[in-house]
Amino acid sequence: MTAAILASEGGGSLGFPILPALVLVPMIGALVIGLIPRSRPEVARQVAILSSLLAGVLSIVLLVKFDTADDGFQFTVSQTWVSSVDIKFFLGVDGVSLFLVVLTGILFPIALFAAKPTNDPKGYYAWLTLLMGGCMGAFLALDLFLFFLMFEITLVPLYFLIGKWGHGRRVYAATKFFLYTMAGSAFMLVSIVALAVIAKAGDGGQVTFDFTKIIASDSLATNTGRWLFLGMAVAFAVKVPSFPFHTWLPDAHTEAPTAGSIDLAGILLKLGTYGFLRFGLELFPEASVYFAPLLLTLGTIGIIYGGIVAAMQRNFKRLIAYSSVAHMGFAIMGLFALNTQGVEGSVLQMVNHGISTGALFILLGFLYQRRHTYEIKDLRGIAKVAPVFAGIFTVVMLSSIGLPGLNGFVSEFLVLLGTFMAHRWWAVVAAAGVIIAALYLLWAYQRVFQGEPDEANASFPDLNLNERLVMVPLLVLIVFLGIYPKPVLDRIEPSVNRILTRMEEQVDRYDQARTQGGSELREVPEGGGHGEGGHGDEGEHALSVHVTTGEVAP
Amino acid sequence: MEASNLDVAYLALAAILFAIGGVGLLVRRNPLVMIMCVELMLNAVNVTFVAFGKMLNDISGQVIVFFVLVVAAAEVVVGLGLVVAMSRRRPGANADDLRLLRG
Amino acid sequence: MVELIWLVPALPLVGFTILWFFGKRIGEPLAGWLGTAVVALSFLTTLVVFAGLWNEPDHTFQVDYFTWIPAGDFQVEIGFLLDPLSMAMIMFVTGIGSLIHLYSIGYMHGDSRFPRFFTYLNLFVFSMLMLVLGDNMVLTFLGWEGVGACSYLLISFWFEKEANASAGKKAFVTNRVGDWGFMVAMFAAFFTFGSLNWSTITSQAPGLAETTATLIAVMLLIGAVGKSAQLPLFIWLPDAMAGPTPVSALIHAATMVTAGVYLLVRANPILAASAEWVPWAIAIIGAATLFIAATIAVAQTDIKKVLAYSTVSQLGYMFLAVGSGGYTAAIFHMITHAFFKACLFLGSGSVIHGMHDDQDMRHMGALRKVMPFTAFGFIIGWLAISGVPPFSGFWSKDEILSYALHKSPVLYVIGLAGALITAFYMSRQVFMVFFGKARWGASADAELANLDAHDTSAAGSAGDANDLGEATVAADADAGPVAVATEHHGHDVQPHESPWTMTLPILVLAFFALVAGVLNLPFTENLEFLNKWLEPVVGENQAHLGLSTAKLLAEMAISTVVALTGIALAYAIYMKKKFDARKVELPFFYNGWYIDHGVTVFMGGPGRRLFELIALFDRVVIDGAVNGVGRLSRGGAARLRTVQNGYVRWYALMVGLGTILIIAFILTQVSFS
Repeated sequence: MTAAILASEGGGSLGFPILPALVLVPMIGALVIGLIPRSRPEVARQVAILSSLLAGVLSIVLLVKFDTADDGFQFTVSQTWVSSVDIKFFLGVDGVSLFLVVLTGILFPIALFAAKPTNDPKGYYAWLTLLMGGCMGAFLALDLFLFFLMFEITLVPLYFLIGKWGHGRRVYAATKFFLYTMAGSAFMLVSIVALAVIAKAGDGGQVTFDFTKIIASDSLATNTGRWLFLGMAVAFAVKVPSFPFHTWLPDAHTEAPTAGSIDLAGILLKLGTYGFLRFGLELFPEASVYFAPLLLTLGTIGIIYGGIVAAMQRNFKRLIAYSSVAHMGFAIMGLFALNTQGVEGSVLQMVNHGISTGALFILLGFLYQRRHTYEIKDLRGIAKVAPVFAGIFTVVMLSSIGLPGLNGFVSEFLVLLGTFMAHRWWAVVAAAGVIIAALYLLWAYQRVFQGEPDEANASFPDLNLNERLVMVPLLVLIVFLGIYPKPVLDRIEPSVNRILTRMEEQVDRYDQARTQGGSELREVPEGGGHGEGGHGDEGEHALSVHVTTGEVAP
Repeated sequence: MEASNLDVAYLALAAILFAIGGVGLLVRRNPLVMIMCVELMLNAVNVTFVAFGKMLNDISGQVIVFFVLVVAAAEVVVGLGLVVAMSRRRPGANADDLRLLRG
Repeated sequence: MVELIWLVPALPLVGFTILWFFGKRIGEPLAGWLGTAVVALSFLTTLVVFAGLWNEPDHTFQVDYFTWIPAGDFQVEIGFLLDPLSMAMIMFVTGIGSLIHLYSIGYMHGDSRFPRFFTYLNLFVFSMLMLVLGDNMVLTFLGWEGVGACSYLLISFWFEKEANASAGKKAFVTNRVGDWGFMVAMFAAFFTFGSLNWSTITSQAPGLAETTATLIAVMLLIGAVGKSAQLPLFIWLPDAMAGPTPVSALIHAATMVTAGVYLLVRANPILAASAEWVPWAIAIIGAATLFIAATIAVAQTDIKKVLAYSTVSQLGYMFLAVGSGGYTAAIFHMITHAFFKACLFLGSGSVIHGMHDDQDMRHMGALRKVMPFTAFGFIIGWLAISGVPPFSGFWSKDEILSYALHKSPVLYVIGLAGALITAFYMSRQVFMVFFGKARWGASADAELANLDAHDTSAAGSAGDANDLGEATVAADADAGPVAVATEHHGHDVQPHESPWTMTLPILVLAFFALVAGVLNLPFTENLEFLNKWLEPVVGENQAHLGLSTAKLLAEMAISTVVALTGIALAYAIYMKKKFDARKVELPFFYNGWYIDHGVTVFMGGPGRRLFELIALFDRVVIDGAVNGVGRLSRGGAARLRTVQNGYVRWYALMVGLGTILIIAFILTQVSFS
C-alpha cells in the first residue's frame, strides 16, 4: 500500500522541490519582513505581496503539473528530522490537498491586495505571510508531527492579527479563538502520539509519525481506533467549526481585520475539514463508519441551525460568519456520507466556500472602509449609489445561496446527493438549508442594498479600479467552477476513490453506497423499452433506509 | 542491633527537641525566634544521627553531623542577613507582615 | 437543421453577456433593440429547428455538449432533449418573449436603468430555455432556479421602494420551498434510476415500485406548486406585481409559472406509476386554487392584481388538467393562456402607462375612447379568457373541463364555477377600465361621475351624502374596496394611447389569442394537432375521453352559457348598476381569504419567535458554556489561590503536613518483618 501511495517520487519529476518551496517561501518572506526596519512599511508590503504571489504562482504550476490519473501522493519530499522517533519533514500532495493548496496560493495574495492594516504594517504583513506558510505546510504535511506543528503554527499569527488589528472586542475574540482551538488540538496531540506508538507494532518495532507507514501498518484495534478518532475529531470539529463547537467563529470573524477574516474563512476552516478527511477517514476507516451518523447529524444541525441563527444577526459580518457554519456543515456532511459523490462534493465545497465567502468578506471589507460599521441598521440603499458594488455582491451572494450555474450549487448538490444515497433522511432535512440560506442572505441584501439611501449612506463611493480588479479572479472562478467544474472534479476523484477503497477493504460492515444501473443508460428509448442493465432485473425496487449495495459501475 | 535504654533516651531527647523546634517554627512569628527553632530542629537531627551511629556502630553518623553543622551555619548567615535587612526596612516586622509574595 | 438547437439558448445568453458588460455604454434604446433582436432571432431559429424536427424519429432529437458534473457514478452532461413538448415550449417562449422585449422598449422608456432591464430579461429567456431543453433533471433545475433568480432581480427592479424589494425576496424564498421538493425528487430519482436523464427516467418509470414513484411524484409536485403559485405557495405571485408590467407578462403569466406544469407533464410516466391518490391530489389542488383565486380576483382594485390572481386561477386549471390525465389539455391551455394573458398584461401595462402609473381601476373608465388599440387587444384577450367561442381560451378551457368531468363530476362543477367567476371578474375589469364613465380628469363633472361609478365599489356607507368626503370606513382595517372610497387623487390625468412598440405586441398577441384554438379543435381527431404532436411524450398516460359528438357539443354549449352568464352578471352590476357590487366584492375575497395574512402573521409571530429562541440558545447556552468554562477556570483558580497566602508559617505548616502524609503512606506500604 505504501508503494501505491507513494506513486511518484519527489522533486525529481519537476527538477525542483516545489512543495518545500511552497511552504518555505512565505515563511522566509515573513522572516525578511521581520528584519525590515520599521521606518519602511511600504517595503514590508512589497515583500509580503511578492512572497505570497510567488507561492501563488508555484501553486498554479503545481496544479498544471499535477498528474490527473494518479491517485497517490505526488511530488513527495522526505527529509529525516528526528530519527529516534521517525519524525520527518515529509510533504506530498494528492487530489484532495491540491486544490486547497491552490486556494491558499490564490486567496492570500488577494487578501493582501484587498485590505491594508490600520497600524503597524510590518507586523501585519509578517504575520500574514507566516500564516500562509503555515497553511501550506498543514495541507502538504504527511508526517503527523509535522502536521500538528503546522496546525498550531497557524494559530499564533491569527491570534495576533485579530488581537492587534481587529475591531472592538478583539482581545476577547482572539483569546477565545486561540484557547478553544488549542484545547481541541490537545486531544489531537494525544491521538497522534498514541497512534505513533501503536503503529510501531506493524513497522518493525519503531515509533513512527509517518502517515504512509501508519496506514500501511494497519494495527489498530477497533476500540482504540474509535477513541483515537474521537481525539482527532474534537480538534477538527472545533476548527471546522462544527456544532456545538462553533461559537468562537462569529466572534473571531466579527472582530478580525478584513484580511484575517478572508483567510480565516477561506483557508483555515478548511484545515478542519481537510483534517477530517486525511486524518479521520484515511487513518481510521472503521471509526469513521462507526461515527458517521453522529457527524452527519452534527453537519445537518450545523446547516439548519447555522442558517437560523444567521437570520437573526444584526451585524453583517456575524451573519456571514454563521453562514460559514452552515456551509461547513455541508462539507462535514459530505465527508461522512462516505461515498464518491459525498466526499468529492465535500472537497469541492471546501474550495467553493473559500472562494465565495472569501469574496464576501472582501466586499464587506470594502464596505467597512467606507462606512466603518457592519451594523445592518446603519446601512441602506447602497445599490442605488454603488451599482457595481451591488452587482458584484449579488453574484457572490447567489453563489453562496447555491444558485445553479455558479460554483456553490455543484458542491452542495453533490454533498446532498451523496448523503441521500447513504443516509436518506439527513439529506432531506439538510436540503431545507437552501431555503434558509436564501432567507437570510436576501434579507440582509435587501436591508443593506435596496431601498432609498439615507444621508449617511448616500455618499457611498462605488468600487474603484483596484477593488474591481481584486474581485475579478474570484468572480471568474465563481462562474467557471459553476459551469465547468469537471477539471477540478477529475483531479479530486482518484484520491477520493483511493480513500474510499481502503475504507471498503478495511471495514467489513461498510458498503459504499452505489446506485443501481449506472450512467450508460442514456439513450432515447425506442418503443418504450427498458434500458439495459441494473434496474430491470430488480423489478420492484423499494427505497430502503439502510445503505444499499450494488454492483460497482466500471 | 541492641538498643540500650540509654540510646533510646538519646533518640527520645532528639525527638522531643525536634518537636519543640517544629512547633516553635509553626507558632512563633518573630523571625529570630523562628531561625532559632530551625537551629533547634537541625541540632535535634544531629543528635539522632550520632545516636544511631553509636547504635549501629557506624562512624558515618558522626560524619554527617559535620555536614549538617556546615549547612546550618551557612543557613544562619543567610537567614540572619535577611532578618537584618528586613528589620531595617520595616522595624518590628514579623513573619505574618511579610507576605508580598502571595498568590 | 436540428443541430442548430444550441443557438436557441445561446443567443439570449450572448445578449445577456453583452448587455451585462456594455449595457450602460450602449444605452437606451439600442440596448432594448439588441435584447429584442437576440430573442427574435432565437425565435426564428426555433422555427428552423422545428422544420428540421419533423424528420426526426418520434420528433425527438437529443444532443450532448460537454460533461458538467462528473462524480463517480453520477455523471451530468450539458445536453438538450428536443422533443415535441420542449419544441412547443421553446417556440412560444421565444415568440412571446420577443414580443414582450419589443413592448418593454416603449414601457421602460426613460428609466435610468433601462439597459439593465434587458440584461435580466435576456438572462431570463436563457434560463427558461435551459429549463425546457435540459435533457436531465439537473439541467432543468438549473433553468428552474435561474428563472427564479431572474424573477427576483426583475420583481425588485425598482428596488428603491421597500415594497418591491420585499416582493422579490418573498418570491425567491417561497420558490425555494418548492425547490427543496424538486431537489429531493432528484436525489430519489438518482437513487432509483442511477441517472437523472429524462429519457432514462421516462423509459424506466413504468417499472417503478409504487412507493418510489409516489415519493418522487409528490416531491416534484411540491416543486411545481411553488413555481406555479398553487395553493398554498401562491402568496408570492400577487406581490410579484410590484415588478414592471413586462415582467409580469413574461415571467408571471407566460413562462416561469408554467414551469411547474411543464415539469409535471415531462414527468408523466412517474405520475402514472405512482399511487392513485397522487393525480387526485394534483387535481384537487388545481381545483381549489382555481376557485379560490378566482374569488379573490373578483374583489381586487389594482388592475394587475386582478390579472395576477387570474393567472393563479388559470394555472389551477392546468393542474386540474394534469391531475385528470389531460396532459395535452394542460399544455394547450398553457399556450392559449400565454397568448391571452400576456396580451392582457401588456394591455394593462399600456393602460398604466397611459394613466401615468396609476393602477387603481376605480380611477379609470371609458378608456376605450382614448386608447383604442389597447382596448381592442384587451377586449380580445378578455373574450378569450372568459371562454367565449371561437376564441382560443374557450377551446382549451373546455378541453380541461372535459377531462375534469371524466375524472369526477365534482371537479367539473368546480371548474365550471371557476369559469363563471372568471368571466365575471374579467368582464368587471373590462367594464371598469374601458367602458362606463371616465373617472379621471380634474373636472368636477368627472368627480361626480366618480361618485356614480364608485357606487359600485366604494361607499359602503350610504355613500351618497358624503359626496367627495370620506366614506365611513368599514370596521375591518383591511377593508376591501368598500372602504377606501373617494380617495380622490385630484386626478389631472389625461390618458393617452401608447406608442407602437407597445400596441403592436398587444395586437399580435390578441390575434393569437383569437386563433390559437385551431391548435387542438376537438371535433375530429385530425384537427387535434396538439394532441397528435405531443403523443410521443404523453400518449401512453393520457386519459382517453372517447366523447361522442353529442356529448361534446353539450359540454361546449354549457361552457358557452356559463361564460355568457358571467359576462352578463358583470354587465348587470357594473354597467347597469342593477345590484350592489359590495355584495360581491367581499373583504374576505379582497384580502385573499387571509391566507397571505396568515402566513405573514405566522412568519412574523411564532416563526420569528422560534428563530429568536434558537439564536438566544446559541448565545446563552452554547456560547454561555464556552464562557462558562472560562469563568469556571478563573473561579477555580481564585479559590485555589487562597492557599498561596504569603504567610511563611503557613507554608511551613503545609510542608510539615505533607511530610507526615508521605511518611504515613510509606509506612502503610512497608511491611515489618
